[in-house]
Amino acid sequence: MNEKTMTEEQHYAEVIAEESICTSENLVFEKTNVLTDTPMHYCPGCGHGVAHRLIAEAIAELDIQEKTIGVAPVGCSVFMYNYMDIDMTEAPHGRASAVATGIKRVLPDKYVFSYQGDGDLAAIGTGETIHTCNRGENILIVFINNGIYGMTGGQMAPTTLVGMKSTTTPFGREVEVMGYPLKITELIAQLPGVYYCTRVAVNNPVNVRKAKKAILNGFKYQELKKGLSFVEIVSNCPSNWKMTPVDSNKWMEENMFSFYPLGDLKVPSNPPKADKGEKL
Amino acid sequence: MKELKLMKGNEALAEAAILAGCDGYFGYPITPQSEILEYLTQDARKRTGMVVLQAESEIAAINMIYGGAGCGKKVMTSSSSPGISLMQEGISYIACAELPCLLVNVVRGGPGLGTIQPSQGDYFQAVKGGGHGDYKLIVLAPSTVQEMVDHVKLGFDLAFKWRNPVMILTDGALGQMMEKVELPTQLPRSTEAPAWATVGKPKTRERNILTSLHIQPDKMQEINLHLQKKYRDIEKEEIRFEKFQCDDAEIILIAFGLVARICQKAAQFAREKGIKVGVFRPITLFPYPYNELNKLADQVKGFLTVEMNAGQMVEDVRLAVNGKIPVEFLGRMGGIIPTPEEILHKLEEKFVGEMV
Repeated sequence: MNEKTMTEEQHYAEVIAEESICTSENLVFEKTNVLTDTPMHYCPGCGHGVAHRLIAEAIAELDIQEKTIGVAPVGCSVFMYNYMDIDMTEAPHGRASAVATGIKRVLPDKYVFSYQGDGDLAAIGTGETIHTCNRGENILIVFINNGIYGMTGGQMAPTTLVGMKSTTTPFGREVEVMGYPLKITELIAQLPGVYYCTRVAVNNPVNVRKAKKAILNGFKYQELKKGLSFVEIVSNCPSNWKMTPVDSNKWMEENMFSFYPLGDLKVPSNPPKADKGEKL
Repeated sequence: MKELKLMKGNEALAEAAILAGCDGYFGYPITPQSEILEYLTQDARKRTGMVVLQAESEIAAINMIYGGAGCGKKVMTSSSSPGISLMQEGISYIACAELPCLLVNVVRGGPGLGTIQPSQGDYFQAVKGGGHGDYKLIVLAPSTVQEMVDHVKLGFDLAFKWRNPVMILTDGALGQMMEKVELPTQLPRSTEAPAWATVGKPKTRERNILTSLHIQPDKMQEINLHLQKKYRDIEKEEIRFEKFQCDDAEIILIAFGLVARICQKAAQFAREKGIKVGVFRPITLFPYPYNELNKLADQVKGFLTVEMNAGQMVEDVRLAVNGKIPVEFLGRMGGIIPTPEEILHKLEEKFVGEMV
């Protein structure tokens, strides 16, 4: 086969074969089995895929796949159950934490988490969110905050920043008309039922590792039956922010992080073993 | 012989839930049914380990039911009309995901905030859908406090047999009135989960997914066809009704729930005056006894449907009769209960003149 007739794909296959770096000793990453092989529907550069992977890896590392039940929201991550190889329920819009409450109450020894976007958790589901947290339901809530409604095509979210454009704030969010972005994580961190509350991001490797640790903590604390763990992941939406993935990450770092600062909002005063990564 | 107790309808229903081995109750207070939650918070957990939780709203309550039912547990909620309206979205999801659960509507007068007095104004909502999309609840209509008890176990049995939500459609009067009841013996809570339940995925099976989202039209149609087939099967197997002095009747009163008992009194008054009147009481409102009513229409001069609403079930009676005989209607609204005398009066006004 000469070079002219060789396709690009064949060319790279040959290069890879020649250099022989794809060997088991060189393996640095492997997809966890808790993720299915279904290709994700998320747009290029979207944070959901990484967030899903972190949850799946946490479940695999803690070896709780057989004891975990997830609740998917309505929003971009409505199809989460297609990607997670665990039992899952798809909740009505905003009600994931109530559905998770029902599951956890009848199966108190199982691990239960809900995964919700900003519209789901902080607009239509605010009541359920506040009360689930306030009751101290022994579950993990993972909250994806990208300041926009992705699935419906880029409308304003409760967390949309002042001045930020969306299809329903075409000239930017005006406080006079639409009020202020809601810092729901700060709000719920004050509730005594909330045991652990943190804000992370998945925009770079360091933050991805921190996010993974937060999710691991959330699952580990369920074992202790101390109350609710809440992990906000500040994320991006390249498609609806109308930016490239790289630009969207940059914009997020420059604009979202100043209003939604990363870091712990509430950590157990007497840190249990879970913080040190020990098996409970 | 089993013990007889004097109990309020709501409390008897709550006791029946504990005795039926119910795993979880999630509800929100609303008159005239708050006694159900109150009763269950007393000692249900101590007696059977049953979960009892006061939710922050009816919307949260029905979604807790969605979660609990998805785990294959016997879960139930109760409310009254405005609260049941709030639950409709969740009920639609539960129906599509085919989850068994028991819903109790102790109906009060509407529309709007209405009144706290009894009504049957939620017949359409319970029987014709209520929430969005094509789905059916199995609807049971008790007429006594005893049936408030009996329909709990029956409701759970039907819910699990058909993987379908079941509603007990009762009213504020039955909820509040006291009657003697015979209580069943305590059933153990089930320890086994159905194969479809989300209880954590063992390595031996595929993951269980409970969803009502099927974005491809052909798949969503397939789900709908499956549901419709199930509803047709339910219509074949689960119709329940009661006939009272219908064999020689010339006129039949049609009523469900409490009103059927008032109709029995009206029928007795009529027979004392020499008018042969019977009473037909549908016990299941879905599936509805259309065929039985159609057959009865061949042997009588007319039907009088009596309801505590503006005329809802009467539409089904007319569908069943299909124009064979006149179907008259008497309805009281706003929490007013019709009296036997006014039923008799209406019956004489509509039918007796021409019967001579």
